[in-house]
Formats: sequence, C-alpha cells, structure tokens
Amino acid sequence: MARADFDRDLSQLEAEIILMGGMVEAAVVNAIRALSERDLERSQTIIEEDDRIDAKEQEIEEAAISLLRKEAPVATDLRRIMVALFVASELERIGDYAEGIAKISLLMGHEPPLKELIDIPRMTDIALSMLKRSLDAFVERDRTNANQIATQIGPMDDEVDVLYNTVQTDLIALMKQDSNNIERATYLLWAAHNIERVADRATNIAERAIYLLTGQSVSVGATEDAADVL
Amino acid sequence: MTQTDAVSITEAGLKENIITFPDEDKVIESRDVSVRYSGKLAVENVSMQVPRHSVIALIGPSGCGKSTLIRSFNRMNDLIPAAQVTGEVVYNGINIYSQDQDPTEIRFRIGMVFQRPNPFPKSIYDNVAFGPRINGMDVDLDEVVERSLKRAALWDEVKDRLKDNGLSLSGGQQQRLCIARALAVDPEVVLMDEPASALDPISTQAIEDLITELSSRYTIIIVTHNMQQATRIADYAAVLMAGEERIGRLVEYGPNSQIFDTPRDRRTEAYVTGRIG
Repeated sequence: MARADFDRDLSQLEAEIILMGGMVEAAVVNAIRALSERDLERSQTIIEEDDRIDAKEQEIEEAAISLLRKEAPVATDLRRIMVALFVASELERIGDYAEGIAKISLLMGHEPPLKELIDIPRMTDIALSMLKRSLDAFVERDRTNANQIATQIGPMDDEVDVLYNTVQTDLIALMKQDSNNIERATYLLWAAHNIERVADRATNIAERAIYLLTGQSVSVGATEDAADVL
Repeated sequence: MTQTDAVSITEAGLKENIITFPDEDKVIESRDVSVRYSGKLAVENVSMQVPRHSVIALIGPSGCGKSTLIRSFNRMNDLIPAAQVTGEVVYNGINIYSQDQDPTEIRFRIGMVFQRPNPFPKSIYDNVAFGPRINGMDVDLDEVVERSLKRAALWDEVKDRLKDNGLSLSGGQQQRLCIARALAVDPEVVLMDEPASALDPISTQAIEDLITELSSRYTIIIVTHNMQQATRIADYAAVLMAGEERIGRLVEYGPNSQIFDTPRDRRTEAYVTGRIG
C-alpha cells in the first residue's frame, strides 16, 4: 500500500502526543499533591522535569515539520499534523501551569496551608478528565465519540469555572478575615487559577480534535455549535 | 474508514459533491459526456460546468481519462478515428458536437497546449502568426505576434530573434511559444494537458505564473499530475478516477478548499493523500 511509511510516521507522531499528555497529566497531579502535602522536594522535581516536557514538545515539532517537508500532506493528513503541533503546544503550556503550581508551593515554603485543599483538587480531577477525553478524541478520530466528548467538555469546563469562583470567594473571605492570610491565600488563588487554565487548554484540544474530524472550527463551550458540524 | 481501506471506483461521485454554476457564469459545460475508443468505454457520463475566467485542474491517477476528457472539450478526439464521443459539450450555449459546428473554428475558440512542446519547425514569428494566417484573420500580424508573445511572457526573451527557428528555444520557452500560438487566435478557453510535466522546475514556475496571469483574461482547464501544482494555480479541481475496468468517472469537483482540505468523497481523500493512484 502506498504511503505505508507516512501512515506509520503519522501514528508515531500521535503516539508521542499521548506520551507527552501522560507526562503533563502526571506533572499536574504531582504539583497539586505536593501543594496540599507541602512536599517541597516533590515540587522541586516537578520544576526540573518540566524541561523534559519542553524537550518532548520540541521533538514533536521537529517530527511534524519533517513530515510537512517530506510528504507535502493535504486533507486529513495535513490536519493531523497541524493539530498535533497545536496539541503539543497546548500540552507544553499545561506543563508550565504544573511548574507554576510547584513554584507557588516553594514560595509558600514550610508554612502550614491556610486551609485543607478541597475544591482545588476537585477542579484538578475534572480538568484532567477533560484533558484525557480531549486527547482520546484527537487520537481516535471517531465522529460519534467526538460528538459525545464535545457535548461533555463544555459543561465540565463550566463546572471548573464554578469551583474556581467558589475558591476565589472563600479565599477573599479569609483575606478579609485576617490580613495575615493574604499572602497564603494569594498563593492558593494563583494555584487555582492555573488549574482553571488547564481546563481551558483541554477545551482547546477538544475543539482541535473536532476540527481534525470535520475541517471546521467550533467552540465546544457552545455545544450546539459543535453538534452542528458533527 | 481507515486510511488504507480499498476504495471502489465503479460509481461516479454524488451529485452534491459536484459543483455547479449559474448559467451566466458558465463558459463550457459537459453533459453526460462519454468517450469510447473502438467501442470500449474510456470516460463515462461526465457532467461538469466550467466558470468563466477560472483555472480548473483535472486531476486523478494515470489512466483515469483526464486527457481523454479534456480532448473532448474542443473536439480534439475527432482526430483519433477510433474515438467516439457521446453527450454534449456546450460552449457558450452551443453544443460543439452538433452537425453545423466547424471543429477547426472550435479549436481556435478553445485552444490547446500539450504535454510536450510542439512548435512547428518554423520561425518564432511564423509559429505565432500561423493561426491568424490560416484563419484568414484580418489583423495586424506584427501586433498579434507581439501581444501574444507578451501574454505568454516570452516577448522579452525573443523579441530580437523572431526569425530564429522555434525549435532553437529551450523546452520551457518552446512551451510558452506554444501558449503564445494558442493565444494568437484570441481564444476564450485554453486547454492544457500537463503543460509543465516535461519541464524543469524553473520553467515550470514560469508556466504556473503565466497560467495565473492568463486566468484574468481566459478560462483555463489544465490536466496535471502534480497535486501541489493544482493547489497553487487552480480555483477548482475535478477528480477523475477509473476502477479496474478502466472507465474514468468524475468522483468530485469543487473549490480547492473542498478537494484538498476537506474532500467529501473518500475516494478523493484517498487520492489526494496519496493512498491510491
């Protein structure tokens, strides 16, 4: 069959994306765990390991550019490569958010946490579930599945936003209560904001997965829009 | 589908995957055109409309009937005794295959440029002046030659050697000379059958630039094997394919963004991505 090598290289490119997705997911999970457990050593490791994520993005970018040069792809092939580049870039940013949370953790030092973290880990679970589903949609290229994912991602993102607002309200209340809380509350607010951004990036990836299938750009926040093209 | 699924080419494309144009925009339209060689079907029931002042690329694997089809657009198949064309090719509202139509006149209005440049073994000037002369056109030949060579982007290279033999030119120049020769009789449509496939990259670029330039004044239908070329120069692409029985059919026809970005027919997708053909 013609282009067997190209098919293999495309699949390999997507396998690398999934690998990178796993690295990024682990970084976020560990960053939040280190933050709530005040594990500074683990936070330091996350910061160091972000270099590996950056290197992986670079590797994917080089492989994609090489395929563009060699194969002059069109149609679905072209979209697979363009979306792979886009997804790698989004994953790299998610890695940066994990690194950011680890840095916040180091800034907080050995101070005890202001309060037990409840909503931030919940936000994290949802955001990472969104990321996993988006990456599945990207790799599987299954229209029915993508349709389901498109209708799920928007509400999940809304849920993360609601939790973020709750965290914000709670932390502002603590700051008002006692000005000694301001520094630690601000750190936690940053961490929550980073997780909120992870969910946004996962939404972007879902939108790109739909673009890959249909060639049309949609906003999965607007679920009707996504349903129209699938 | 997976990318390597076998595709069946025993059916033409769906009607909704073949673009149509309003009457006032159409310059040529084939209606159920079939071509047979010695009774054997080579192209079956191709219906497609060509809008004025556009570049249409005919693409498809080898042996899918592209050249056969393009030759039916100006009755060039008449010159092959075994060829038989059925259906209609309507040019500005007139079926060029009707009895009262003069094939020579049609070929002036709908000119043709071939894969290999085929200048006559005459001077550059006489090559370009050939059509107007045999057509008895009442024109200033010097002016026609200059204008045609300018439109074919060859004038600056040959203006001081118009008496030289056309065959003394390079391959790329010869091809532009053939284009000038086709333009000299003031056609409305120019058919090009792989005009750059025998040329080096620089000459190919010159021909592509020329096609883009000419499209503001003429309608150009071009057969090409080079998909990158089709994406660069064409406004619309028509995909022909033939199955094992070697009968060419129109699978999909639409703007480049449809054919090369989001093809609707899986066979188009398989062809443009190089999985078949």
